[in-house]
Parts: sequence; C-alpha cells; structure tokens
Amino acid sequence: MDLLNHLALGFGVAMTPVNLLYALIGALVGTLIGVLPGIGPVATIAMLLPTTYALQPVSALIMLAGIYYGAQYGGSTTSILLNMPGETSSAVTCLDGHQMALQGQAGAALAIAALGSFFAGCISTIFVATVAVPLSELALKFGPAEYCSLMTLGLIGAVVLAHGSLLNAIAMVVLGLLLGIVGTDVNSGTARFAFGIPELIDGIGVVSVAMGLFGFAEIVINLETEEKRELVTSKVSTLWLTKDQFKQAWPAVLRGTGLGSILGLLPGGGAMLASFGSYALEKKVAKDPSRFGRGAIQGVAGPESANNAGAQTSFIPLLTLGIPENAVMALMVGAMTIHNIQPGPQVMTANPQLFWGLVTSMWIGNLMLVVLNLPLIGMWIKLLQVPYRVLYPAILLFCAIGVYTISNASFDVSQTAAFGALGVLFVKLECEPAPLLLGFVLGPMMEENLRRAMLLSRGDPTVFLTRPISLAMLIAAALLLVLIAAPNLRKKREEAFAEAET
Amino acid sequence: MAIIRHPKDFFAGLIFIAFGIAAIVIGSNYTLGTAARMGPGYFPRILGILLILLGAALTLRALRLKGAPLPRWKWRPTLIVIGSVVLFGLIVTHIGLVFSTIVLIVLSSAASPEFRPKEAFISGILLAALAVGVFVIALKLQLQIWPWTSGILPWSS
Repeated sequence: MDLLNHLALGFGVAMTPVNLLYALIGALVGTLIGVLPGIGPVATIAMLLPTTYALQPVSALIMLAGIYYGAQYGGSTTSILLNMPGETSSAVTCLDGHQMALQGQAGAALAIAALGSFFAGCISTIFVATVAVPLSELALKFGPAEYCSLMTLGLIGAVVLAHGSLLNAIAMVVLGLLLGIVGTDVNSGTARFAFGIPELIDGIGVVSVAMGLFGFAEIVINLETEEKRELVTSKVSTLWLTKDQFKQAWPAVLRGTGLGSILGLLPGGGAMLASFGSYALEKKVAKDPSRFGRGAIQGVAGPESANNAGAQTSFIPLLTLGIPENAVMALMVGAMTIHNIQPGPQVMTANPQLFWGLVTSMWIGNLMLVVLNLPLIGMWIKLLQVPYRVLYPAILLFCAIGVYTISNASFDVSQTAAFGALGVLFVKLECEPAPLLLGFVLGPMMEENLRRAMLLSRGDPTVFLTRPISLAMLIAAALLLVLIAAPNLRKKREEAFAEAET
Repeated sequence: MAIIRHPKDFFAGLIFIAFGIAAIVIGSNYTLGTAARMGPGYFPRILGILLILLGAALTLRALRLKGAPLPRWKWRPTLIVIGSVVLFGLIVTHIGLVFSTIVLIVLSSAASPEFRPKEAFISGILLAALAVGVFVIALKLQLQIWPWTSGILPWSS
C-alpha cells in the first residue's frame, strides 16, 4: 500500500497546473529536438538548464526529464520518415521503420513507435516506483568507502559500454575527474587550476562542458559531412495498425519494455543501449530473421519501446544512489545541484514531493506525448523541411544565450566554445565524450568520499577491500574489465556495435 | 608515418599525457598531505599519474596496433562556428542582444557550403525578435537588448 500512497503523493504534485505545464513544455521540446537531427537531449538540457533557475526545483526537473523521454518519441519520427536518426537511440529504428515507410506503411510504423513507447513509459514508471525504495534504503547504509567503490563501478560500467577503445574511454573518465575538481577545494579553500581567473575559482560549469562537447562539436561535424535527406511524406495517411500488425508487434513491445527497463538500470546504459539490445533480441527470437531490415514491424516496436523504458529507468541510479549513469543523467546532477539538492538516497526521504512528483510526471508526460504526437506529426514533418543551413545557426544562438545567461559572463561563452573545439578534436580522434562528462560530475564527489574514507581508516587503503559491499562492487568492476578485455567477448561487443551502425 | 600505426590513438595518448603532466606540474603548488589527511594536491596528483600512464599505454600501443588514418579536418566550420560564438559572448555585453544575434547568425551561417547571405540576414532579424521574446519577455532574464538601453523598444529606456 506504500506504493499507492507514494504514487498518490506524486500525482498530487505532478497534477498541479504549473507542473503539468512544465511536463508539457519538456515533452514538446524533447520531441522537437528528437525530430531534428543534429541536436540531442544533452545539448538541449544544457541549453535550458540556466532557464530553470527561477523555477521550483520539482518543476525544473519535471521539464528536463520530459526533454529526455520526449526525445525518444521524436527520434523515431525522423528515423522512419527520413532514414536518419533524429537521436542516436533511434538509430536502429531506421532499419525497419524506414523500410516500412517506403512500403507505404509509415503510419503503422509511427503508430507502433508511439504506442510502444507509451506502454513502455507506463510500465517503467511503475518499475521506477517499486525499485527505488529498496535501493535507496540500501544506499543509506553506504559509507564513504562504499560510495567510492560504487562510483568506480559506475564509471567502469559506463566505460565498458562506451564505443571504441577501452583505454581511451578510461583516460577520458580520468580527464573528466580532473576537470571536475577545477576550482576551490572545499576542505582547504585552495583555488585549484584556476590560473587566477575569477570565473574558474567557482569551477567549470557542467553546462559549458556538455554544450561544448555535445552541442557545438556535433554542429561542426555535421557541417563537415553534409548529408542529403529524403523525406517520405506522401504515405502518412492512416496512423493506425491492422489487426495483424498489432498481433505481431505486441510481444516485441513487451520484450522491449522488459529488456529496456533492465538495460536502463546499468551504468552506461539508458535509451541508446536499450534500443540496440532490443533490436538484437528481436532478431534472435524471430522465426524468420531475414525479414529484419526489410520492414519487420517487430524491429520498430521492440527498440522504440526499449529506448523509452531505458530512458526512464536510467533515472533510478541517479535518484536512489546519486550516481549518474549517462550524459543526460550527469546533467540532471547539475540541475539538482543548481537547486541545492544533493542527488542520492536522501532525496526520497528529505524531499518526497520532488521524488514522487518527478516519477509520476513521467507517466503523465508519456500520456501527453502519445495524445499529442500522433496528431502533431504533420507539424514535425514541416519542421524537417527547414534546411540545416538555417537551423544550426539558430541552435548555436540558443546555446550561446543559454550559457551567457548563467551569470551574464562572456567568459562562460568562450569557455563553452573552447570545449566545443576540444569536442571536435575528440571526435576526430574517436574519443567518446560521455565518459568525460560522467567523470566531470563525479570528480568532486569522488574526491570527497575518498578523503573521508581514508580519514576514517587512518590512511589504510585496504578499507575498500575489507568492507563487504565495497569489495563486492570493486570485484564487479574488475570482472567487467576482465570480461571486456577477453578477446571473444570483445569481438561480440564490436559485432553488436557494428550491427547497430549498418 | 610507418612507425605510428594507429595515429588516432597515438595523438589521443599524447593529449592525455599532456593533461597529466600539466596536472602534476601545476598541482605541485598545492599541499599534498598524507593518505589519511589528503591535501588539495593529493587527488589531482593521483589523476595526473593515471592520465600519464593511460596516455603512455595508448601511445605505445599505437606503434603496434593498426588503425585508420587521421580523418581530414576541414578547418572552416570549426573556426567559423567556434569563432562566431566567442565573438557573440564578447559583444553581447556591449551592443546588446539584438545586434549580437544578427552578427552571430550571419557569421555562423557562413560555415555552411550553402551559405546565402540574404537568407541568413533575414533569419538573424527574426531570431533576434524570437530571442527577445523568449529570453527577455517570457523568461524575464536580465539581458541588455539594445546598445543604448535595456528596454524592449529602441526608444524606451
């Protein structure tokens, strides 16, 4: 009955007119940027983060969360109609979704993507609500040593699932940790790596890092490789499914939701991993795998359900343990810190309105999305006809204004631009920026917990091995590393990524 | 280039080494402390050493492992996009939102191979109006609009 009470409390918060409005804004903005290729949820949340200063914390988080799951809805539209992913998490939807569109079934593909997403959204909201309580109770027992090991596990997990070379990704994490501790050291008051620049004494802003590495760098790369878009619009007439299609699709929706919910929990997981995983699963369980890539409805239903489920359950580690598992969650940490909320198990006990309000708003947001999106598809298609040469300067402008208004400082804008240049360099060298961002937000927390753990153990580093929970997490981290370094598994992982890309 | 078989990893490794060395050199000004009582210099030192080790491993591995060549880097988009954003940040405090928006839009549009000056200028004016509407009127952020006043209309103050 606790669950019902919690959900009732949550709905009470989420159903207030103000919060409904922000859920709607978030969901719509999310869909918009999901539809538009070339700007993802990370850059958008970074862009809008400064504008949430004035809001109530719960409204701010509701809106930002809406952007993330809204983007999963929008991304599928572009994938199906344009054969280019609006979001990376919808990349696999291109394979069968666009084929369906070419065969005149665009309406069915869009409908199953939306309905599957909605179903997944409902289930995973309940999943978040049930799993969160025991997890945060467990987390409340953690001491600094456990936290240190947990962060190590989280970062290693993120690295293992990152694209590209393992060494590379670990180095990016470490670089992120280093950038994260720039600024005043809380214990001694020493300004570290600030070079006498007053703005740096407060540390580097998460908005600058995220917007530069994800937003600006992506624009530059898009400009270097301009792609031709072909829009399939003529055939979007009936936005519904035939009985037969429904029969084929619903088991895939169920499987996608289940797999997505679990993959969303893993460090480094979230929407993208969920959709790739689900596509692979659908292909495995299908009676006739050769139909995939030629317009199999399961290839749309599974991944689209999975990415929504994954997007939502990836909030669980953040809200219960305080550990962000992907770049979007790293920004949510930034958003919570702006409002003086320390992410972690205490959120649920100290701030239950915020916690349950956010969880239930996800369900409401999903409902809004499915109701609004199917009729709005015509509008999104119009938007897709805006050429990129007009679009990207506008994105740049909103990013620049967003970062400038954090503290009306030119320095912040230049700093973001510098991270943009660094981001382009990283893309050229195939270094994934997501591990860096995770390291960046965890840097100060990790240092603080390391210091405390070592102080409590009087300088004895074996404390991490003698405490059972901490030991278990370190062993898990080590196992992950060994597994991924083992040659045959590594091959599997590369195959999975290669499959997702073709 | 025959010795460097994986140029991407090689240069990435060098970058990590450079950051690691910088962390240690600059960080040497901060108190190190002991393992039980870590000073502000302790954690950066650990990270610096780790970065150098990881960077070195990458660089050395690049001599053995084969990889794709460095991709071509067209400098134009990078320079124009990054440059126009920096410029926007510098001028917006002085000439206000409207004119700096137009400057940013027209300048950054030039990074595209399909640049059309007239279209970019019109889009700049429309976006300037939108920006004022969203950021100043709707979100009530403290932004200077014109070079001479902070009011919404050019003649109000």
